[in-house]
Amino acid sequence: MVNFLIAAAFFVATLLFIYGLKRMASPVTAPSGIRVAGWGMVIAVAAAFLYAFDVRPAASEHLGTNFLLALVALGIGVAWAWRSGKRVEMTGMPQMVALYNGMGGGAAAAIAAVELYSGNAQHYGFVVTVLALVGGLIGAVALSGSVVAWAKLDGRLNRTLRFSAQQLVNGGLLALAALFALYVLIVGAGGVPTTGITLFFIAALVLGVLLTTPIGGADMPVVISLYNAFTGLAVAFEGFVLQNPAMIIAGTVVGSAGTLLTFLMAKAMNRSVSNVIFSNFGEEDDGSGGIEGSMKSVDASDAAISMYYGSKVIIVPGYGLAVAQAQHKLYEFVKLLQKQGVEVAFAIHPVAGRMPGHMNVLLAEAGIPYDIIHDLEDINEEFALSDAALVIGANDVVNPAARSNESSPIYGMPILNVDHAQQAFVVKRGQGRGYSGVENELFFADNTHMVYGDAQKVMVEMIEAVKSLGNA
Amino acid sequence: MDATTAITGFVALYIFMLAAFTGYEIIGRVPAILHTPLMSGSNFVHGIVVVGAIWALLNAATPLEQTIGFIGVLLGAGNAAGGYVVTDRMLDMFKSSDRQD
Repeated sequence: MVNFLIAAAFFVATLLFIYGLKRMASPVTAPSGIRVAGWGMVIAVAAAFLYAFDVRPAASEHLGTNFLLALVALGIGVAWAWRSGKRVEMTGMPQMVALYNGMGGGAAAAIAAVELYSGNAQHYGFVVTVLALVGGLIGAVALSGSVVAWAKLDGRLNRTLRFSAQQLVNGGLLALAALFALYVLIVGAGGVPTTGITLFFIAALVLGVLLTTPIGGADMPVVISLYNAFTGLAVAFEGFVLQNPAMIIAGTVVGSAGTLLTFLMAKAMNRSVSNVIFSNFGEEDDGSGGIEGSMKSVDASDAAISMYYGSKVIIVPGYGLAVAQAQHKLYEFVKLLQKQGVEVAFAIHPVAGRMPGHMNVLLAEAGIPYDIIHDLEDINEEFALSDAALVIGANDVVNPAARSNESSPIYGMPILNVDHAQQAFVVKRGQGRGYSGVENELFFADNTHMVYGDAQKVMVEMIEAVKSLGNA
Repeated sequence: MDATTAITGFVALYIFMLAAFTGYEIIGRVPAILHTPLMSGSNFVHGIVVVGAIWALLNAATPLEQTIGFIGVLLGAGNAAGGYVVTDRMLDMFKSSDRQD
């Protein structure tokens, strides 16, 4: 009876997960989608405590303690994650996704560890042991890799650690982990090689760290998405070990969805996934040697006034806008322009912000309507027809070097054609380079003017300049 | 291990294949603006791992197994709860901007 209840609960939970994800795939139904999936999780977790009715004989004397431990761990984990998730700024979402993902990978690795240390996986035979080991390896890599990705995006780890023959070392570590796994498999029939299991997990954790440290910040979204898929797979494999269909299906769905998403993101940046993982981004010559001319700066008010008297303005928002929390002020400025009859459109690069779609979320937060927000493909031709382009806190995604300079590390990445606009205003904090560390030719162009300053302050000045015109 | 639903051999492979196609189909036709919320949403869904961790902890027989099981439940719970909150907050913004239109 209890087994039937557990199985039925998992069936309902799995159904709700898939239906919820399906609803999340459309902007109209998305907010209800996560709630549907959330109920699935509540049902599944409640059912999991029914496992207490049927535990292994060896564990029955610890059941009371274990039950209490499970409740405490669940309480602490949920309370901490709930608070941190509620508190994080919208701009900090990507690193929190990385962190929560790493925790999932760690949980999968922990299941593998318990099953291997207890000898339970080995007891159920060769295939189960292999699945536990593979899931454990992937989960451990996702854990340590995601934590490094989180530290990098959160600004806690700024150094990009690289050394020669790194790929050789990584390959060696993978081989070492495989060797320990093989040892566990061979000895597994006769006993539990505790040291071998421990070394296996250590090798996997170190591998995750070394895989992630050389990857530059601009590629981090792709890596997080990849680790998200990894965790999904790890959960699916441990689901096979535990014979838990909800874990198998949910994990596999996430594994394949995450893999596809990873390829979509990499494609948006014109990079292959293997290129991201084994690349030398930022290591080579930055290809800036041949830039002629100088940057010209202009006051925020002058820039605002010339946009006010234009007929078509395209705005290119970047991460700098989000960091300065200037999206609300920007929308205020846009509304003033629209009142004057200026046609305003937003151009969103596929990787604007820190992840595909991240900028759309940030603009939605400010209440900017969908219909003036356009993708790269939809709007790129229109720059040539516009009077002005306003670039706010974006850099690499508008660098013409990606089109023309083959020696540039960002060569080949699709960019927004801001240089085709009549004139461009670039709001920027200082003269520094972009996330990829590449000098931007656009800033030196004749029809480009720089507006230096914090995006929020610049927007306030622009609003005031336009308002004083309206009053005059 | 749950005796009522044994998933081995080809049955396991069939489930794996069908679930993989399901995931592919769900993401395949999604507009780019939903990529980040969906990544976050799928991140929440693999929080189901907490269920496996609870099973492992309830069946732990030694202090080592109990410790690792405890960590597993802690991490899995963080994955599920954090993934839910972050996704919900992201998607809430789509809702509020809809109302203003």
